[in-house]
Amino acid sequence: MAWEDTPYPMLIVDASGRIERANRATRTLFGGVAGDESLTRAAPAWLAQAHRMLSARLAAGAAGPGCEVARGPVGEKVYEAHPVYTDGGRVTWWLVDVTVQQRAFEELQAERDASASMVEAATELLSSLNLDRCLQAAARLAVRHLAAAALVVIPLGSRRYEIAYCGEANGRAVRESLTIDPRTLPGLVEALQGYPPVPPHWVEPELAPGWLIREGAGEIGSMVVIALPGYGLPAGALVLLRRPDTAGFSRREEMFARLFAIRAGTAISIARLYAEQSAVTETLMADLLPPVIPHLDGAEVAASYRAAGDSARVGGDFYDVHPAAGSGREALVVLGDVSGKGPEAAVLTGKIRNTLRALLPLADDHQRVLEQLNDVLIAGDSLRYVTLVLAAVERRGAGLGLRLTSAGHPPPMIVRNDGRVDVARTHGTLIGILEHVTSVTEPVLLEPGETCLLYSDGVIEAKGGPLGDEMFGDDRLQEELRRCAGMTATSVAERVQMLASQWAGENEHDDIAIVAITAPRDTQMSPDEAPGTGGPA
Amino acid sequence: MKDGIEQRVEGLWAAVMAGDEYAAIDSARVAVESGIPIETMLLDVVGAVQARVGQEWADNRVTVAQEHTATAVNERVLAFLAHHSATRNNRAAPNKGRLSVACVEGEWHTFPARLLAEVLRLRGWEVDYLGAHVPTQHLIVHLHRADPDTVALSDSIATRLPAAHGAITACQAAGTPVLVGGAAFGPDGRYARLLGADAWAPDARAAADLLSDGPLPRRPAASMTDEPPHPVDHEYSELTDRRGGLVRRVMDALHRQAGEPGPHGGELPRYTPEDVAYIVDYLRTSVYVDDPELFTSFVEWMTRMLRARGVPAGAMDCALTAMDDCLSGLPHARDTLARARQ
Repeated sequence: MAWEDTPYPMLIVDASGRIERANRATRTLFGGVAGDESLTRAAPAWLAQAHRMLSARLAAGAAGPGCEVARGPVGEKVYEAHPVYTDGGRVTWWLVDVTVQQRAFEELQAERDASASMVEAATELLSSLNLDRCLQAAARLAVRHLAAAALVVIPLGSRRYEIAYCGEANGRAVRESLTIDPRTLPGLVEALQGYPPVPPHWVEPELAPGWLIREGAGEIGSMVVIALPGYGLPAGALVLLRRPDTAGFSRREEMFARLFAIRAGTAISIARLYAEQSAVTETLMADLLPPVIPHLDGAEVAASYRAAGDSARVGGDFYDVHPAAGSGREALVVLGDVSGKGPEAAVLTGKIRNTLRALLPLADDHQRVLEQLNDVLIAGDSLRYVTLVLAAVERRGAGLGLRLTSAGHPPPMIVRNDGRVDVARTHGTLIGILEHVTSVTEPVLLEPGETCLLYSDGVIEAKGGPLGDEMFGDDRLQEELRRCAGMTATSVAERVQMLASQWAGENEHDDIAIVAITAPRDTQMSPDEAPGTGGPA
Repeated sequence: MKDGIEQRVEGLWAAVMAGDEYAAIDSARVAVESGIPIETMLLDVVGAVQARVGQEWADNRVTVAQEHTATAVNERVLAFLAHHSATRNNRAAPNKGRLSVACVEGEWHTFPARLLAEVLRLRGWEVDYLGAHVPTQHLIVHLHRADPDTVALSDSIATRLPAAHGAITACQAAGTPVLVGGAAFGPDGRYARLLGADAWAPDARAAADLLSDGPLPRRPAASMTDEPPHPVDHEYSELTDRRGGLVRRVMDALHRQAGEPGPHGGELPRYTPEDVAYIVDYLRTSVYVDDPELFTSFVEWMTRMLRARGVPAGAMDCALTAMDDCLSGLPHARDTLARARQ
């Protein structure tokens, strides 16, 4: 009959699972089928199973066409079995070779999984600029995809090495600093050099040095050292410990390992550069950051500082509080504003603060201090200038005696207990432009509870408000200060900072520096008695 | 014990409102020496007094200076407790992990965040307290440097929710889970969920309890590449751009209506540009979180406040009408406004 010679294997099976007929292609495929043989004996288990299920559903009247296609291996190949029902519970099965489709599908799936894993790994590696975090992520990810245990090794210099170790899938990585000799692990020295690139170096597990094998690591079948190159710099090395049943890399693992090493090396280099850069910046910036306010006898002094821009921490505004100046009776508070902003301005504030510190012995005479500073700035090669205000502070009875001198700077405001706000009548030339500078100093007396506010123009020039384009302005500052009568220096400084920042809202503001000097009331503790209230602990 | 606590609250309240640091710290010292645990002192005495200060302020019963002075004194008490030997002796060994506590950009009320920081220290956390008004960029720089296990963000002002959203997503992108708290997130934390925070707590004690098993789990990196859970409504950006112009036009309309020439004529108390800007800010936040209820309850509260200030009744509706006229092309905002007027 014609179907005997069809190229597709075909067989008719009755409801009890007995093969009634099978064509030649079927016999060849199954290696011979005897007459009346049961499907279970002659055919692969998956086909017999599919037939049993289909028969049961036919008996129950529940089967519909098209939905019972089965699939499974026959020898090296993969077949799909399509049933056709005939009367009496008999089923004709047609078998189609789908090996090629199946392999293609599997490869596509594996490819997708691999690229998803790589995306996930890259995202995790690059999510933090923190070096520790990055090393730990690299060790963890290596264990998730490539090994039973993994170590990431980066050199710290003079035989110190930072090592992140992860020993279990989905486990945490631990990090430690060790002094090791990299020559104890074959291939490590070359891998740590990074360039020229070296291929993964397989090492016999018995050669593993003591620092490599951790408690609970289990049986190790193979070990491989992989370089982690990053941006042309050697970033470190990855050591993978693998189980005996997975001794070598599969082709796919090798591909993954190569890509992973590049991604991890890149991430580690970035994190490391970032850490080094921030350490340098931190050190250089330490002297330019707003200083901690020292204790002054009989006065409460508080400051608030915000640099322009969201990311800057230093700017062109500055302040300093010197507990003893001139002949030693007075303390000196300085607040100033260098033209420009950002790091360049900040560097000049550092120079000016140092110069002023050197001029402290002259501080009984503000005009002389300003003249000297002017000479220094004019002699320098910078075209920048500075405005500043000097406040000499001295205890006088229960209150404070101040001498205020402005050099081209907004004059200080004085918050009186009755709610008046006075503007200090001091004025003078800005510093660093003209050969000769002049200034007028005003003496001011603060009763207990009263506050003198020094501020930079960032406060009054803050642009924004409800209409979006108004300046905060002196008038508004005065009006707000009237409501601050009786408040402590800390509260006044914080409030003015808050008002100016809120006024600017989402607009950019200039640097803002504020210093408040208050004559304390007798209900207020001196900083000696009370613990600090301040900032980051 | 409960009566004991209430008595301590009254004692501290009196000292704080008098601006008397000596009396305030004495009352705290006596309470600690009588055996009240530090955490109870922080949360149920100092925290309770501060909540009361805030309520007095919201109800317009104290001046700016009184509120600031009271807060300053209470902060001294907080610092006194933080440095007290009983605190050092009762502090759990710092083995829970590292945590950063910060106020969202534009949030200047530090008290709740400081309380949380101190309670977490007591409970064995290493805490970095970053203070008021932390710009998101500063926060992220801190995360990369300090690598905390979790960030706790405080926000009490609803109009800062968009800023909070920015901070939450930025921290998560830097691989750090975020716990949020503060009145801004709603009494049931609904906006915390909306903005994708990893966790929300109604108060400092609940936050500390929630973290008692350790840091929040870090998100799998794969979730970073998902669609954002809460995309920003373009009407929000539009309202933000138009804010100044909107305030100006509403002010003009109100003046015309009152038959008056300008903002400084007349004697009746009336709207200030700040009030109108406040209304616009709530409107755009309401659009941002896609919840008209936020704006409606704000309008109710504002109406009460204005009445207390002597602004004529019906003024609120005039303002909303004037605003509605300026919202062409913004159906979401108009709908939000219309619901509040019903």
